[in-house]
Amino acid sequence: MENKQTPLGYISFSVFAWIVGLLIFFPIFWMVLTSFKTELEAVSIPPSFISFDWTLENYAEVQERSNYFKFAMNSVILAVGSTLVGLVFAVTCAWAMAFNPTKRTKDALLWMLSTKMMPPVGVLVPIYLVFRDWGLLDTRFGLIMVLFLMNLPIMVWMLYTYFKEIPTDILEAARMDGATLPKEIIFVLLPMAVPGIASTMLLNVILAWNEAFWTLNLTTSDAAPLTAFIASYSSPEGLFWAKLSAASTLAVAPILVIGWFSQKQLVRGLTFGAVK
Amino acid sequence: MSTRASTLTGRIMSAPSIIVLFLWMAVPLGMTIYFSFLRYNLLSPGMEEWIGTLNYEFFLTDPAFFASLANTLLLVGSVLVITVVGGVLLGLMLDQPIFGRGILRLLVIAPFFIMPTVNALVWKNLLMDPVSGMFAWIASLFGLPAIDWFTNAPLTSIIIMVSWQWLPFAVLILLTALQSLDRDQKEAAQMDGAGPVAIFFYITLPHLSRAITVVVLIETIFLLTVFAEIFVTTGGGPGLATTNIAFLVYTQALLQFDVGGASAGGIVAVILANIVAIFLIRLIGKNLDK
Amino acid sequence: MGAIRLEKVKKSFGTLDVIPGVDLDINDGEFVVFVGPSGCGKSTLLRLIAGLEDVTDGKILIDGTDVANEAPAKRGLSMVFQSYALYPHMTVYNNIAFGLKMAGESKDVIDQKVQSAAKILNLTDYLDRRPGALSGGQRQRVAIGRAIVRNPAAFLFDEPLSNLDAALRVNMRLEITGLHQELKTTMIYVTHDQVEAMTMADKIVVLQAGRVEQVGKPMELYNSPANKFVAGFIGSPKMNFLGGELAAKHNCHEIGIRPEHLTVSTDRGDIAATVKIAEHLGAETYLHVEADGLGPMTVRATGEMPLGEHDKIFLTPEQDRIHRFDAHGLALGPS
Repeated sequence: MENKQTPLGYISFSVFAWIVGLLIFFPIFWMVLTSFKTELEAVSIPPSFISFDWTLENYAEVQERSNYFKFAMNSVILAVGSTLVGLVFAVTCAWAMAFNPTKRTKDALLWMLSTKMMPPVGVLVPIYLVFRDWGLLDTRFGLIMVLFLMNLPIMVWMLYTYFKEIPTDILEAARMDGATLPKEIIFVLLPMAVPGIASTMLLNVILAWNEAFWTLNLTTSDAAPLTAFIASYSSPEGLFWAKLSAASTLAVAPILVIGWFSQKQLVRGLTFGAVK
Repeated sequence: MSTRASTLTGRIMSAPSIIVLFLWMAVPLGMTIYFSFLRYNLLSPGMEEWIGTLNYEFFLTDPAFFASLANTLLLVGSVLVITVVGGVLLGLMLDQPIFGRGILRLLVIAPFFIMPTVNALVWKNLLMDPVSGMFAWIASLFGLPAIDWFTNAPLTSIIIMVSWQWLPFAVLILLTALQSLDRDQKEAAQMDGAGPVAIFFYITLPHLSRAITVVVLIETIFLLTVFAEIFVTTGGGPGLATTNIAFLVYTQALLQFDVGGASAGGIVAVILANIVAIFLIRLIGKNLDK
Repeated sequence: MGAIRLEKVKKSFGTLDVIPGVDLDINDGEFVVFVGPSGCGKSTLLRLIAGLEDVTDGKILIDGTDVANEAPAKRGLSMVFQSYALYPHMTVYNNIAFGLKMAGESKDVIDQKVQSAAKILNLTDYLDRRPGALSGGQRQRVAIGRAIVRNPAAFLFDEPLSNLDAALRVNMRLEITGLHQELKTTMIYVTHDQVEAMTMADKIVVLQAGRVEQVGKPMELYNSPANKFVAGFIGSPKMNFLGGELAAKHNCHEIGIRPEHLTVSTDRGDIAATVKIAEHLGAETYLHVEADGLGPMTVRATGEMPLGEHDKIFLTPEQDRIHRFDAHGLALGPS
């Protein structure tokens, strides 16, 4: 079918496809554009697309007035923290399951999967109460633990599928070459697993950064990440669109970039390996 | 291939993750189940008493429950239809040769990486605001009145936002599956005289059926618990128009402080999710055997 | 140095006895080939000797010491895997050096040993490359180099030539045989290809369903197979098995005659047959015939035979090359 396409067909289809794509992308584009407008400009009708006074005042204000930096730091700490904790648990678990499978391994993996499918709202009450009674509410430590546990099944699964792709006879060759278990892991397994581990880390950072259930319910001010900060714009005073846009652009930019580079990993991780 | 020593090591190494997840799941879930049988209100602590299945009766006969159940099903169903159909179409589109296809793909994928709170507020304000929003302006260009989205069609608004966010997910998955369809099959069909429509229905769609199933199941799991968008835009309203089960439980727990009732609601949500989960697990379990 | 003995070695997976019990003696410096069809247990047996699998029962003695409970590294053996199993993230040099590094050798000793192994295998120019940048044959040699450099008591080869194309396979076969002549170390070689077995082995072990069917020198197995299985497995094309009147004449259940031990004549002979398909290779001709009252047979004639479909011919077996088998498939002596 493709080989019969004419140059005209190619061009017109491309135009069509680009229109569709730009329409889908439009909200993001509009948000970024609005962040450079003044508040008055942002709510004016008809909306201006290019010819307005571009300004950076929103970005400045977002940091000054509302200490954007603190929320961003929290997002970073939560995302990176839960990823690192998760890695320690997930690498050891996935290693064991991929290379020393027992009869129960498959059941264990599927069970882990099922914990991810439990709606968080089902345990909102006890978690909230436990956090309150143990002084974990609004702490970064508490949130890191929750995010870590939420994403552990995905991390284990992703690493498991990556580890399974490492040919076992290379590890056996290392054993024949005299490597003890730790040496086998350090010198042979980990170097080969680095791409898979990196992908898993990226995916986890994305999921933790965007998580908007526990971060909204378990934090108020100290540990609040960007998701909660943006949520505070839901009941604002006065004109706020431009500031919202600036804050939002800053909040989503890192993940957009990371996400663009990790599409394949996303597919693998979120479908638990069912689609590769 | 494993020797005695390494099997034991294997068990020890997988233990921490399994234990930790078990605690995370079993303990809170157990507590929720326990609470659901109590009359427990945070405003009057220390006065809990066992009331058996009363909470469940109240919850399941509460008109709010039926409203939220309907909303949940409507939300999940609509988003599924929009994302799967849109995903197949966009996947087919992106599978063709297009000028600058790589960049175009990035544009289409982008919405998935936007955090839900940003998603919701950008749509609510910049696009859907009946006075200064982009949609209002476009309507005025056609001489039509602006739609007050969140007053007149709140659930639809939520559906639109959530579909926009999840469409890229479906596109990614379905595009990946499409690209794994080898050309030989299509060429054999062409030799057999099949036109593009026939090829789509007899070859492409069956090949995609597995990926579509995965998309449907996984999206359902996540869509059942849509929360942030509602929290940040409508707060469940007007009335109960945008309350889904997840939000209903939230309001009962943290706004009405009715722990007992909310726990019962939470269990109901868990049961609903489990029904879907069983199918997904079976599908993935089959994949594991390969 | 490299004498290996297996005593009642048994391997079960759950309730399945993959290897019911094997006794085997391998002398120091011998080139032993384990051969058999897929699933016969030859790779399993090799892996038991290597230590990559645990024996369910039995002893594995290397130079008199039972190593059945030792880790692979402690057994002093080297293995060349079917897929070569090279470390993809290391250079050829580091691949070969890895084992020595694990043993804690000093940098100078490592360098000296790696360089000398590279020289034997013509790898000196490739030491800085990664396996991804090598051809199949080169990767093979790196795998062999990795094995040589540890100076093992014995080399274990697990179907090393299966992944190579036909021409390369012939070359590598000669290289490995040459290596054995030079190093004089014990080599245990697993293959399903009976040509490799016949050309390379000092001693062949034929396996089927985990049991040793016969052990012996290549020509012993060719001339005096102990049963129908060995007779049919060794030698290509496969031996013809004939029953009926012909077998009765020789006082047995079935006789076996190899395709190359039948003389072809167009006017007279012991067995009448019609040609179905004739394959002309120039140096030899394979005739697939339907023998009257005896069923299909294969005949191998030297040189060119101007015969084709429907031609009627007569076959005469060489009398001293007839094998007799009883109803259980066991070989009987000469009639």
